[in-house]
Amino acid sequence: MNSSKSLRNTFLVILLSLILSACATKKTTTKIEGQIQSDVYTGTDTVKYLADGVPDRVFFATNESILTTKSRDTLRKQANWLRENSSINVVVEGHADERGTREYNLALGERRANAAKDYLITYGISANRISVISYGKERPVDSGSNPLSWSKNRRSVTVKAN
Amino acid sequence: MIKFVKILTIIIILSTSKASSLIEIDITRGNLDPLPIAVSPLFQDEKSKNNSFDQIKIENIGLEIASVVENNLKTSGLFNPLSKEAFLQKPDIAHLKPRFEDWALIKAQALITGKVVIEEDKLKVEFRLWDILAAREMMALAFTTVPSNWRRVGHIISDKVYERLTGEKGYFDTRIIYVSEEGPKTQRVKKLAIMDQDGFNNKYLTLGNELVLTPRFNPTSQMVTYLSYFKNLPRVYLLDIETGTQEVVGDFPGMTFAPRFSPNGKKIIMSFAKDGNSDIYTMNLENRVVQRITNHPSIDTSPSYSPDNKYITFNSDRSGYQQIYVMKNDGTNVKRISFGNGLYGTPVWSPRGDLIAFTKLHKGKFYIGVMRTDGSGERLLTENYYQEAPSWSPNGRVLIFYRETKSNDEGEGFTAKLWSIDLTGYNERLVETETDASDPSWSSLLSN
Repeated sequence: MNSSKSLRNTFLVILLSLILSACATKKTTTKIEGQIQSDVYTGTDTVKYLADGVPDRVFFATNESILTTKSRDTLRKQANWLRENSSINVVVEGHADERGTREYNLALGERRANAAKDYLITYGISANRISVISYGKERPVDSGSNPLSWSKNRRSVTVKAN
Repeated sequence: MIKFVKILTIIIILSTSKASSLIEIDITRGNLDPLPIAVSPLFQDEKSKNNSFDQIKIENIGLEIASVVENNLKTSGLFNPLSKEAFLQKPDIAHLKPRFEDWALIKAQALITGKVVIEEDKLKVEFRLWDILAAREMMALAFTTVPSNWRRVGHIISDKVYERLTGEKGYFDTRIIYVSEEGPKTQRVKKLAIMDQDGFNNKYLTLGNELVLTPRFNPTSQMVTYLSYFKNLPRVYLLDIETGTQEVVGDFPGMTFAPRFSPNGKKIIMSFAKDGNSDIYTMNLENRVVQRITNHPSIDTSPSYSPDNKYITFNSDRSGYQQIYVMKNDGTNVKRISFGNGLYGTPVWSPRGDLIAFTKLHKGKFYIGVMRTDGSGERLLTENYYQEAPSWSPNGRVLIFYRETKSNDEGEGFTAKLWSIDLTGYNERLVETETDASDPSWSSLLSN
């Protein structure tokens, strides 16, 4: 009984220290990079604007096409702007970083562009105003070979089509 | 090219020794002890030299053909061509009957001799392969073709010698189609290009106005399928290299990509992306019938047929990450075959049928490797910062792929180059190209 209890305590201590050390690593990476959170770029270096206060792009984690809270916020701004400018159509370009095989990245870019498109549709924009194109890893915006550059390249960009 | 193949006919087989020879090369292992071979310049008389110069602006075509052969044999890693400086016998005399002691003295185990005649727009070549230790002829062949075809004669001789000494078909009379790359990483200009397997006769097939990717040869003809962003609509195209005619493959309402021919050349298998999801489709080139092969909410791409057309290997992230799968050609019986650590992509079935080559990403490194078709026996051949997209030589002994270097924070230092490596993991080589290069695809043997 006692021994199993102490075993459990040891286990808890190990678990706790693992969690703490995990937090510690995360903190240091955040400190070093500053512009990446949970593998998603949060800076504004490469961002352009469709209109005042309407960023043109959202960023993704490695191999992911999930929209972050910030991305959804950006896309709602784009949806509002598209609603106010009903004559404008857009192309959503999907992009991947250079650390993946070319063909898979083409599919991944397509998935990212569609994630953004679907969100715009949810916010009332007609599907026929939005087309998508995937460039895979073919059109990086930052040519460095480091985690920060790659995070800027994992993106979908909304571009005016007319 | 098919015309060339027709013109180039093997007219006579002078003689072939049926007796088993002493020299043979085992190519199933890494060959660390390449066979010493002497390639004597092919003999050509003065009159023929003049004709040669008149017609193709090269005087000593015999010497040039010998260099093609020498270079091929050397890059295979299985042969060690000896320096011509050490040769004691004149080419014409050696071709009639070599003094075997002289060649044994310089440690040659095999000898290639030959004779070239150019007359009336015809190039006539004969060559012999000699076993020095057994002191006998192993093979003799003669060809007739047009003089401008002289490099191909060198490749065919190389294939014959390779086949005679290894027991397997060669891969020298082949071409590589690839993507030529120029300009900064953020504005890369890409063109389709084609060259002989040894890097000669390079030609650009597109101008670089639109992005082109992943060209692949039809194993049975001079057709190529590739991805083009013409008019910003990424679609799979078909290109006839001889006529230059191009057409879109099928009428898909979205991106089609990752094309490859079926081994009989009658179908194209590719991915089609609809509403963000990529599945695998085929199109029959004879009746244009489109068939959906996979139907899954994950990414399914990079399909490649088994040489008997019965199975398809492909790349999917249905398990959560990129892995390699095998299924029947109708899409049933899907089985995951990659279970090692890391991500797996670009599976491509060996022309011999027994192996699948792939790209693996693990802990920030990229590997080219092979596994059996049930996923067992994984073997990694080469590790690097970035490399992918292996393509098999037609005999299934060599893989060609592309490799990229890391750039600094300013984007400097980036290169993309073609490399080849033997199935054994030995003989890794840079394949030289005029520009940066990627996405290589190896043709079948043009002759034989």
